[in-house]
Amino acid sequence: MITSLSAIEIREKLKSKEISAKEIVTAYLKRIEEMEPKINAFITITEEEALKAAEKVDEKVREGKELGLLAGIPVAIKDNISTRGIRTTCASKMLENYIPPFEATVVEKIKEEDGIIVGKTNMDEFAMGSSTENSYFGATRNPIDTERVPGGSSGGSAAAVSAKEVPLALGTDTGGSIRQPAAFCGVVGIKPTYGLVSRYGVVPMANSLDQVGTFGRNVEDAALLLQVIAGHDKKDSTSVEIDKVDYIEKLKEDIKGMKVAIPKEYVQLNIDAKIKDCFLNTAKLLEKLGLVVEEVSIPSLKDSLPDYYIISTSELSTNMSRFDGIRYGYRTKDYKDIDELIKKSRSEAFGKEVKRRIMLGTYSLSKGHAEEYYKKALKVRTLIKNDFDNVFKNYHIILGPTTPTLPFKIGEITDPVTMYKSDLFTVAVNLAGICAISLPCGYADNLPIGLQIMGDRFKEINILKAAYALEMNLGGAK
Amino acid sequence: MAYKTLIGLEIHVELATKTKMFCSCSNEFGNEANTQCCPVCLGLPGALPVVNKSALEYAIRAGLAFNCNIATNTMMDRKNYFYPDLVKGFQITQADIPLCTGGYIEVDTKDGSKKVGLIRIHIEEDTGKSIHTESGDSLLDYNRSGVPLIEIVTKPEMNSKEEAQDFLEKLKSTLQYIEISDCKMEEGSLRCDINLNVVDEERGIKTNISEIKNLNSFSAVGKAIEYEEKRHISLLEQGRNTKRETRRWNEVENKTIVMRSKEVAADYRYGTEPDIAPIVIDKDWIEEIRANLPELPQQKKARFIREYNLPEYDAKVLTQSKELSQFFEETAKLSQDPKQVSNWIMGDLLRRINDEGIEIKDLKFTSKDLVDLLKLINDGKISNNIGKKVFREMFETGKKPEDIVKEKGLIQISDEGELKKVIEKVLAENEKSVMDYKNGKKRALGYIIGQVMKATKGKANPQLVNKIVTDMLNEK
Repeated sequence: MITSLSAIEIREKLKSKEISAKEIVTAYLKRIEEMEPKINAFITITEEEALKAAEKVDEKVREGKELGLLAGIPVAIKDNISTRGIRTTCASKMLENYIPPFEATVVEKIKEEDGIIVGKTNMDEFAMGSSTENSYFGATRNPIDTERVPGGSSGGSAAAVSAKEVPLALGTDTGGSIRQPAAFCGVVGIKPTYGLVSRYGVVPMANSLDQVGTFGRNVEDAALLLQVIAGHDKKDSTSVEIDKVDYIEKLKEDIKGMKVAIPKEYVQLNIDAKIKDCFLNTAKLLEKLGLVVEEVSIPSLKDSLPDYYIISTSELSTNMSRFDGIRYGYRTKDYKDIDELIKKSRSEAFGKEVKRRIMLGTYSLSKGHAEEYYKKALKVRTLIKNDFDNVFKNYHIILGPTTPTLPFKIGEITDPVTMYKSDLFTVAVNLAGICAISLPCGYADNLPIGLQIMGDRFKEINILKAAYALEMNLGGAK
Repeated sequence: MAYKTLIGLEIHVELATKTKMFCSCSNEFGNEANTQCCPVCLGLPGALPVVNKSALEYAIRAGLAFNCNIATNTMMDRKNYFYPDLVKGFQITQADIPLCTGGYIEVDTKDGSKKVGLIRIHIEEDTGKSIHTESGDSLLDYNRSGVPLIEIVTKPEMNSKEEAQDFLEKLKSTLQYIEISDCKMEEGSLRCDINLNVVDEERGIKTNISEIKNLNSFSAVGKAIEYEEKRHISLLEQGRNTKRETRRWNEVENKTIVMRSKEVAADYRYGTEPDIAPIVIDKDWIEEIRANLPELPQQKKARFIREYNLPEYDAKVLTQSKELSQFFEETAKLSQDPKQVSNWIMGDLLRRINDEGIEIKDLKFTSKDLVDLLKLINDGKISNNIGKKVFREMFETGKKPEDIVKEKGLIQISDEGELKKVIEKVLAENEKSVMDYKNGKKRALGYIIGQVMKATKGKANPQLVNKIVTDMLNEK
């Protein structure tokens, strides 16, 4: 079954001419057609373009030309990443028919490596959410249990990979939006160090927290896609010039002797018992594999959730101002002056959660409140960053659960603050700008549990090595 | 009743870089609407700004030319408000840490020169342009969106419209000298807002500050200041005060009209621009820019006085623009008499240039041509007056002075014999004037000389004519 192959296997079989790109894409498009009515992971499926791209790859194979790292591999792109000529909606009515005239750098890189883009995936509107229920195009369902959410905001990408609609997908992670859905859907999700991957063309939620990351059914596949998208981009002033690392080559290196920190603040928390057990058992497994596992204290972790929500909403409130109904996107039908044009367009086209966060952020930045909220939050952020820097002086990686609960049912959580708490374990990573990966470490009630491994800035290789070794020892990916 | 006017200016200058502040779109003025745009300057979702190093350099040049401190660590901020010409719903500008602080510009006052202090100079991006039609539509042209600007804020240290206007002239002159802007108010590359209030020094009362916008020329600035000064003083005299507000200068009715009240100041929710990393400026680079600064107007003026022995007035006029000063120097170097060059440039040349509204670069003749003309005069080949005629023709056609003189047969008649013949004829035809002269009416001499010049179509050498006529009259 072509759709059971890993991304790396697909490329190998293409190279050895065992299967053609056309066969690969056709198989996956068929699978997408089969699964979509059940899970609604895609907003746009680019069948024609995908088949054309497959044609080009097959031509390259026929002519014996050098093949890119992603040759023949179907990739899904989260719908907040700009694709030239293909609508990019951010799952919002505001951009329902917006077609970007330019391409995100990460998409360019995938195409340069002969990756085949098959469509744009569903998400929480403008990346604001943890369940993909906030989408203008309807919720995405978790392929493992379709009564449950796939997580968010990159729920579509996580579900697509989990359901074998694509072997690889791109997502974005601002406070856990790749890792949490990866955990809920039983797949691997990587959030790279801030600045490793270009944000050019990615519709921003919070500029100092966003990063594009990858989904795969196993660690090696997710690392392969990361290899392709990582790298300095002069169009993005926040991307860093750093020497390229060969993740695929190095992730199989020995991990004996690596030092692992477990925040005692995590152990003390009141979370789902099965998740806690799974996490602690994994820690014991790592010890058996020859790693040194110790408890540390990261006191500022307790402030990370409120800190995240002040900083992210402050930044997004300004980012969302460009949607005024004037140049592109939704414009209201009746208006008598410019104020009405702007107010009505935004009121009619933004969903509830988006409006809620814009208001929160505007408040935090406003006169009389900025000192108390926004400026203070920036200071707390420095404390969080310093805490992590201190831990990484003595440890290679930090371990923790990805989520405090198992995937919840669609419609189950209606209180916004309860929803925000889904990000409990993930936001600190974005605040500190470090890297992290989530991979399945077990099941409870037939639902997947995610384990999060955090690494120091630009030390992706540490989290990839540890994750790969764990994956092998836990019986390999499903 | 002693009233003192306090004037501060806020000036926006468009930098003449090749491309815009945060993207590589062209910065050229005057092209078809919306043809110089890209995802970045249109604020399309996902596009990111990248700082234009040239713009930074130009701004540093300005800071150095005005004696400011240049920050080695600075950053960009967001200023948030909604308006159709502001594509992102925020402007990328500098709030807390401007690129330049302090500094001054020297202006001429009736009591000598004084320094008008600057508070800051910072970099920012321009907005697009809104055009409101009569039918009530608003048209938007985003060519200007993202154009690099510097904003210069002065201390309220100007006290009269003359000082304000001189400030603007000196500012414009320096900015053109360091070649960072063409400073054309008509094209919008230089915009000025006024902040004005009046102090009643006897009673110790200050009026509320008025901000005045919509000024399209330096003369409008002067008129607006005059109007506002009167308005503030008039209210003070009635025991009342002005409101803290923004007013608009109406060029047609010659008055200011309220635009909006400043009592509730807009909350721009300033915050850091997170897409642009903090900017670190190398001290060595600043010194390199300083070393490459062209000679500034004040320095050139002093040098002209020294090197060319020119009076202060001449040096001032000649250095008012870089182009003019260059033309003077080119010409002076080729001639033997810089003062003569100065006179001709300040007089005939400037007059024609201003009348025609053209620039030095549009002149049809060269420095060498002017020198040749002056040589013809100095050698006595043509008179000064004929010289002016030749100059006029040079200006209009660009023909060489020798060619013009030859074509029109303007060579001065200096042959005594030939002149005597003409003079004798004139004297014979004007016996009454001769009599008048003999009877003590010295004015008659002038009349006779005039007739001689007429008879020779102005070509007679005037000094010779004077001598010969006087001699002949005295002989009679």
